[in-house]
Amino acid sequence: MISIRHISKIFNQGKINEVIALDDISLDIHQGEFVVIIGANGSGKTTLMNIIEGSELPTEGSISIKDTEVTALPEYKRSKWVARVFQNPTNGTAPDLTILDNFRLAALRTQRKNVTIGTNAAFRKRVQEKISSLGMGLENKISQAMGSLSGGQRQALTLLMSVMDDTDILLLDEPTAALDPKSALVVMRLAEKLNQDMGITTILITHNLKDALQYGDRLIQFQEGKIVCDIDKGSKANLTLQDIYRWFA
Amino acid sequence: MSQFYLTALQLALCLGPMALGIFISMKVFNIPDITTDGSYTLGAVVTATGLIQHWPAWVILPACMCAGALAGVCTGVIHTKLKIDALLAGILVMTGLYSVNLIFLGRSNVPLINQPGIFTSVTIFQNVLFNQVVIAICITVLLMMILNYVLKTDFGIAMRATGNNPVMTKSMGINNDMIKILGLAIANALTGLSGYLVAQYQNFTDINMGIGIVITGLGSVLIADALKTWMHLTSIGWQIVLVIVGSILFQMVLAGTLAMGIDPNWLKLVTALFVLMIVALPRLTSALQKS
Repeated sequence: MISIRHISKIFNQGKINEVIALDDISLDIHQGEFVVIIGANGSGKTTLMNIIEGSELPTEGSISIKDTEVTALPEYKRSKWVARVFQNPTNGTAPDLTILDNFRLAALRTQRKNVTIGTNAAFRKRVQEKISSLGMGLENKISQAMGSLSGGQRQALTLLMSVMDDTDILLLDEPTAALDPKSALVVMRLAEKLNQDMGITTILITHNLKDALQYGDRLIQFQEGKIVCDIDKGSKANLTLQDIYRWFA
Repeated sequence: MSQFYLTALQLALCLGPMALGIFISMKVFNIPDITTDGSYTLGAVVTATGLIQHWPAWVILPACMCAGALAGVCTGVIHTKLKIDALLAGILVMTGLYSVNLIFLGRSNVPLINQPGIFTSVTIFQNVLFNQVVIAICITVLLMMILNYVLKTDFGIAMRATGNNPVMTKSMGINNDMIKILGLAIANALTGLSGYLVAQYQNFTDINMGIGIVITGLGSVLIADALKTWMHLTSIGWQIVLVIVGSILFQMVLAGTLAMGIDPNWLKLVTALFVLMIVALPRLTSALQKS
């Protein structure tokens, strides 16, 4: 599904403030896999996610998605495979647009945005059905501005929006970092459900080690731009929270 | 006196498309676009050139809009592809357009008296001014309906989202650069349309007629913004209507100022102070309430 080959990313190359964010990373992520990435701040987790998404280009190496070389493909063209939920709930939605308009945009991720009105009764019903599955009571508020919702509600809707249009890969960049425990639980359970029910390849970055242990079937640890630990589902089941804490000691 | 205010209404409606253009660039895309000063005159220059060549008014209209759109594309390309600040990109295109306009116009002022134009195309009332106002109203209503439709389409939603959250739109498969270029083209096409209407309203095209016109459009948009907040009208359709209402209120204030006997030389200063008042008043009120 995702094949990363010898990816390096150097910021401010050749300058006094040069930073090696990723150092010769190679990684294969398979269809339907739920990969959890942990690591200290500045270890290169988000840089890798940016490179997969296409918002940053690697200094060296290549990346392919579904056997298509995408290394130099801009972010908006990669969006036909990749959807991302950001750490900040405000990044994933347009606050001045209605919930319905936000979902319309998400539904057209891989399609042309034509000069035709698509927010018709059938689409409205489809969105209401999707939103009602959250159990947040937002299905009757789809004409409200997205900005009027709480961070947790927006993050849950962002997650739903990301699977409106046959997404193959879901990138979750600390999606619960800014949420209260209840909202965080809703978002994480939804992410797990989408991965299991729809078979979407999911990559989660988290600093919450309980979540890292509870969710996903593969655990990767980053340290100073390198992968220092890559544990599969079988080995992960035997891990305890103390084991992971020890990695950071 | 009623004729005086009716003329002000006609001017407000002629300037309405330009205000809508500024609404698109400033409110929808969050881009301060100064190209307006140049593309407005460009629309008037194309109108003058066409009318003198005896082209029909309905042929000149799309030509003006295309010329304005081209100016918008230039600003958009400079801003997005050369990564130059939008304000500077607009200033560069506006400056360049001054020469282009002068070359096409041939001299600094071209009178259009007795030229058949859009405002002489329909005769319903005995009073010529009534006919002109009716035509201006029809054009404005048609324009509002088209713009309302476009901004509600999938393309329109993508446009609005790009200005609202460009980080999100990139991940939604939207080419932000391309949509900004298209948006600036639409905004300046509308400005070109205003140049077309105003040239025929005042029966002349002047090379300096665009200087400071962006402030007039900005004032209309700011009035619309204040009304939107005050009346809690957030739908895109209402916002379009309020921009036109803003344009009318703006011209009525200026007409009222002139009716009070103020020297017309002071008019630009009055305009600037009026816009300053609109911007500053809500902030001053809020500061006073806090203290």
